Amino acid sequence: MFAAPLRRFFSILFVCFALSGCGQGESNVESGNRQQILHFSNGTEIQGLDPHVITGIAEHHVVQTLFEGLVVKDSQTLELEPAAAASWTISDDGRIYTFTMRDDARWSNGDPVTAYDFEWSWWRALQPSLGSQYVFTYFPIKNAEAYFKQEISDFSKVGIKALDEKTFRVELNNPTPYFLQLLDHYSTFPVHKATVEKYGKPDESYTRWTRPSNIVTNGPFLMKSWRLNKRLIVEKNPDYWGAENVRLNQIVFHPIDSEIVEERMFRAGQLHWTDQVAIDRAPWYRENAPERMRIKPYVGTYIYRINNKLPHLSDSRVRKALAMTVDRQTLMDTVLNNIFTPSYAITPPGLLGYQPPKTFGYDPNQARALLAEAGYPNGEGFPEMELQYNTSDQHRKIATAIQQMWNKELGIKVRLQNKDWKVYLDDEATGNFEVSRGGWIGDYVDPNTFLDMWVGGSGLNRTGWNDPRYDELILKTAPQAKTREERFAAFREAETLMMNDMPFIPIYTYSSHHFVHPSLKGMHVNVMNYHNFRDVYLDPNWDKKEQASGQGE
Amino acid sequence: MLRYTLLRLLQAIPVLFAVITATFFLIRQAPGGPFDAEKPVIPAVKRALEAKYNLDLPVWQQYTQYLGDLFKGDMGPSFKYPGWDVHDLILSGLPTTAELALYALLVALVIGVLAGVFASLKPNTAQDYIPMSLAMIGICMPTFLLGPLLVLMFGFWLEWLPVTGWGDLPGDKILPSITLGAAYAAYIARLTRGGMLEIMSQDYIRTARAKGLPEWVVVTKHALRGGLIPTIAFLGPAFAGLLAGSFVVETIFQIPGLGRFYVQAAFNRDYTMILGTTIFLSTLIIIFNLLSDLLATWLNPKLRSQFRGGAV
Repeated sequence: MFAAPLRRFFSILFVCFALSGCGQGESNVESGNRQQILHFSNGTEIQGLDPHVITGIAEHHVVQTLFEGLVVKDSQTLELEPAAAASWTISDDGRIYTFTMRDDARWSNGDPVTAYDFEWSWWRALQPSLGSQYVFTYFPIKNAEAYFKQEISDFSKVGIKALDEKTFRVELNNPTPYFLQLLDHYSTFPVHKATVEKYGKPDESYTRWTRPSNIVTNGPFLMKSWRLNKRLIVEKNPDYWGAENVRLNQIVFHPIDSEIVEERMFRAGQLHWTDQVAIDRAPWYRENAPERMRIKPYVGTYIYRINNKLPHLSDSRVRKALAMTVDRQTLMDTVLNNIFTPSYAITPPGLLGYQPPKTFGYDPNQARALLAEAGYPNGEGFPEMELQYNTSDQHRKIATAIQQMWNKELGIKVRLQNKDWKVYLDDEATGNFEVSRGGWIGDYVDPNTFLDMWVGGSGLNRTGWNDPRYDELILKTAPQAKTREERFAAFREAETLMMNDMPFIPIYTYSSHHFVHPSLKGMHVNVMNYHNFRDVYLDPNWDKKEQASGQGE
Repeated sequence: MLRYTLLRLLQAIPVLFAVITATFFLIRQAPGGPFDAEKPVIPAVKRALEAKYNLDLPVWQQYTQYLGDLFKGDMGPSFKYPGWDVHDLILSGLPTTAELALYALLVALVIGVLAGVFASLKPNTAQDYIPMSLAMIGICMPTFLLGPLLVLMFGFWLEWLPVTGWGDLPGDKILPSITLGAAYAAYIARLTRGGMLEIMSQDYIRTARAKGLPEWVVVTKHALRGGLIPTIAFLGPAFAGLLAGSFVVETIFQIPGLGRFYVQAAFNRDYTMILGTTIFLSTLIIIFNLLSDLLATWLNPKLRSQFRGGAV
């Protein structure tokens, strides 16, 4: 009575199980190269597809394939090129931008992309009830911030106006040299009004208009399918105005949280591109397959924020002593396997030609002298200090190394505190920390994106440090500068002033680091790690060419 | 039996209610909120988001509102994935996780029962010690170690099986199922051994042997049924545990299941998602515990007769 049903149950399950078969078959890379299907690891699963609601790099990768703003960056030079706008003019005073829309730009349902689409979309993004977290992208526009904050209610007073179907005019508060760059950001992409309104109110952020079967887009690719936590597939849009230059037929975005899993999939030929390099694997690839690992400078800086309001950390000599005893090169050589480069300022070097000041170096002797001057000779009397970081193996290793450095060179005892991401954020925002790991990745190619965050009252400052001269240089002198040289001089003066006070400790400049299959072409290197999938293609004969070039050598 | 089942189901209601209440208030005590980010959200935007998700209301009012919506079958929208409701996300991950749990249970049963029976036939000999030692290793070895080891061996060295995925390539379900099922196989082996040893010393087994039946018939026809009762009782909690505990295996093998949503929701402070998955998994645990109790009762003649007699 019992054995028969159990036998049947086992038999059915076993057959199901066995039917799945064995063997590895053709890899994603092999089949992808044949069919121009890119297998791209996107890091994490994306939040959604509404350009006005989402935040994050993974979201950017997907949304930029589906939507297109007025301009787009050239992925080699980072210069701006026409996209939905065919051309633009800038008034002599640098405040009025007039865009002429492209004749052949179409939504995926066949509707033309017009200036009215942008006017409506930007109006939508400025609705407070939508909750757009990147709404500040619009704040250089005349009255945009006032409208968002509901200080004015008449949208016609905002400097956003479609003059006709083909002409879009934007008026700024002040000349903003980086304004055009913001228009490549997804928060300024247009959305299809009729589709948004079909599934809810314009200012509702969680309606079904972005579902794969509903979404209408204007980019070089179309949404094909999306299975959460498995893959999202986009396919070439044959009606895109530049379709003849798009060579990929599909992009498969794989949401992979773990860099170890990514590396394993890459090794098994399931990915062309990983989101990051597993740092522990870097030496092996450097030695055995250097052509499959790409490490390039990136616009980001890893720092330790210091709570300047605490009595023992309020003295800049103490902060400098801490900064001077971080042996960055040793850190790079040992813990970080030379993936990153040492940093001595907040701004990464070479951003549009800007070179940050180097006001200090690794100097334990001077550091000890400074600490003694501050009243803590050999660390005597200095309280045990807590260094917090969010849960990550890499953060832990760095913190452990720096803990040893400070203890050895300064006699300061440091307690490491690992925190869950949200707890870490909460503690940092409320000033409940002594030293806290941090990092910043530039939103656009300009030193301003690294420097305006340290002005008094900025939500990103979080150190309690404030200097009126610094604020004046960043908020007044630089924006009013007539030339790039003048502007950069103001930035440099401000950054020097700040680094002399050391409200935080710069540790290293980020790098973009990926495992890349040799068949993948057109993923150009640039400091923003920006890629335009329109340029990307797969070379199915990569191995033959490699062999030929090897023989030639 | 019916009365017993109904009573158990009724008992489940206050249990679920307690789970919902405790989860609801505890997650709000955790530092950090769903909209905290490295780049601080503009206060006006934060207010709008909080209003959208009713977080601007007093907590007790949020609670009553949530219970009201839940009663209507609405688990609310996910905070992390705007545009997706919690039940959409649960339904998208459940089939995969259920399939993974089922295959893992199959692996656990086949390996565990065979090893347990095998060990019980010659207790305190090498035939007993070897499988039981292996079972102890299986219990002790965490999935985050076993998974990568199996991948290294069968994926990279032997190149027999795919290293990740679920339903994409032939054979890609084998390694995750073994990884998840291994620890449970070890438990089942020990339970089966214990159950079999007890049964094998019973008088009716001696009678069966005295009748001259071959040993394999004695084991499979007479001993196994009673010897498996502890294992059967374990199956319910085991299946629920497999469903709820698949996160690590889903991460190692890149499987789009429910476990990843569950854990990510906690990290993201996705309140509705945490609540939705907790309620869902709690319900499953209650149901599977009940089912395994009923099955064990049905297999045990003594207990069955008690129910026939009206006792509960």
